[in-house]
Amino acid sequence: MAEPLFSVRGLKVALPDMTRKPLIGRAPLAEILKGLDFDLPKGSVTGIVGESGSGKSTLGRTLVRLIEPSAGAIHFEGRDIGHLSEAGLRPLRRDLQMIFQDPMSSLNPRHTIFTIIAAPLKQNGLGDRLKERVAEALQRVGLPQNFASRYRHELSGGQRQRVGIARALALSPKFVLADEIVSGLDVSTQAQILTLLEKLAAEMGLTVAFISHDLSVIRRLCQQVIVMREGRIVEMSATDALFENPKEAYTRDLLAAIPLPEIDADWLRPAASAPA
Amino acid sequence: MSACLDIRSLSAVLANGHRVLRSVSLTVEPGEVRALVGESGAGKTMIGKAVLGVLPKSVRIVEGEMLIEGEDLGRLDAKERRTLIGARTALIPQDPLTALNPSRRIGPQMTDRLVRILGWSSEKADRRIRQLLDEVQIRDPGRVLKCYPHELSGGMRQRVLIAAAFAAEPRLIVADEPTTALDVTVQKQILRLIAQLQRDHGTAILFVTHDLGVVAKISQKVSVLYAGKVVEEAETAALFAAPQHPYTRALMAATPRYTDPYASLKPVDDTVLAGLAAEIAATDQAWRPGHG
Repeated sequence: MAEPLFSVRGLKVALPDMTRKPLIGRAPLAEILKGLDFDLPKGSVTGIVGESGSGKSTLGRTLVRLIEPSAGAIHFEGRDIGHLSEAGLRPLRRDLQMIFQDPMSSLNPRHTIFTIIAAPLKQNGLGDRLKERVAEALQRVGLPQNFASRYRHELSGGQRQRVGIARALALSPKFVLADEIVSGLDVSTQAQILTLLEKLAAEMGLTVAFISHDLSVIRRLCQQVIVMREGRIVEMSATDALFENPKEAYTRDLLAAIPLPEIDADWLRPAASAPA
Repeated sequence: MSACLDIRSLSAVLANGHRVLRSVSLTVEPGEVRALVGESGAGKTMIGKAVLGVLPKSVRIVEGEMLIEGEDLGRLDAKERRTLIGARTALIPQDPLTALNPSRRIGPQMTDRLVRILGWSSEKADRRIRQLLDEVQIRDPGRVLKCYPHELSGGMRQRVLIAAAFAAEPRLIVADEPTTALDVTVQKQILRLIAQLQRDHGTAILFVTHDLGVVAKISQKVSVLYAGKVVEEAETAALFAAPQHPYTRALMAATPRYTDPYASLKPVDDTVLAGLAAEIAATDQAWRPGHG
């Protein structure tokens, strides 16, 4: 088995709970992640699934160190990056990239696509041969070169998401966090983006954490799956094993709740699953 | 017996003349769920809005008729039309948080429509609302009625809106992507509730969705929409058994299923898109507003 890129042990994250903040004084802490242990093997695509509030996005953001854990270790290539300072993280930022859910809010409306893709290159000391590198990034995601001079609003949803992928991959990162990147797209566009990500991950040997609420998408794309609920890992295993033989009742409930595009008269019968 | 909703050859244009609905015809029979499925921009929400008489000002209906239980909306004046739509139809919206007023408690928001628009006494409205909250399996209606929207979960808010929609016994409900913002397990509960209430009350539903999975589970009939045109119309069971239009087949092929991980997950391909473009062009060629 390949050496893991990430090795996470006893990971806990607590964040201020603003809904319980008193008028004066600090908000009390709420524990979001309650002790997680897992590895992400090099070159693998790992699906992270869970319902809203399960902590899947917080986990992703902690892996790329946008959030500092309150306890536990995050070993990245053997080194604990859990409590590195911003300066200490600086050289790692290039390797830890992120594709966002909503390109409408993650692409600056005032910048051209060129500027958007070039910005992180400059930031990370890849400012030489900028034109070439941006051209290469656009080509990689299947966008024509003249898109470099366009703005966000001139692009379709799928094209915008391609720009998000181009920006993240232009840096040739070791790890990419993809947080619900297809959930706002039509099925046809979704199919294009998934096929593209699948191809690029294989070509570039990327390690990907793919956060999604959609188990059908995860089964298609990922080699292993982490099922989360209320800040804990419910079940974690190789994709085929998880789908063919889910061990936990919660995983089975999640699967049973997916409306497959096929006729099933019993699906809506109340007896079919736990009461509301 | 006339259809609950009968849309005949409805066309609509934007101010710039761009056609957004292309001679749409569909019916919803009493007590039946018809799904309206399509990708974003297909005009499915627009049809729902046309039925409810809440189209944005920029959209103009240029031909066609809409009949609710045999009454032609076009023959009524604005006030009569509003009264008819208010009495016989209701909406279950996509996003319960924006549909509810954040600064008012749930109770008055739910009873208002019954009291102000339908002229019920407030006691009668209150009784009715509590009965419906019970039907959508809200266990402590007293507490929920006193809550503000933000104090409820997404699933609870959607239950409240479903209860509100059924409260006035509408003949027709337009459900506009009512489960899109919800987690899958909550989505299943909500779909089950809608199906249950729909059966119990004999209500017809025009169910707008982009999700073929939801179509398969909730509807008896389905219209597939592309660029404001109905490209296929069928009984739901027949559509899934043997989709006729290439676009319908392409949509099905693009939809991932966890039970079939090795399917190719193909986007709608260029041949199908070219075929659709030709079909749309032919429709527009043959169409002269006012002579349809």
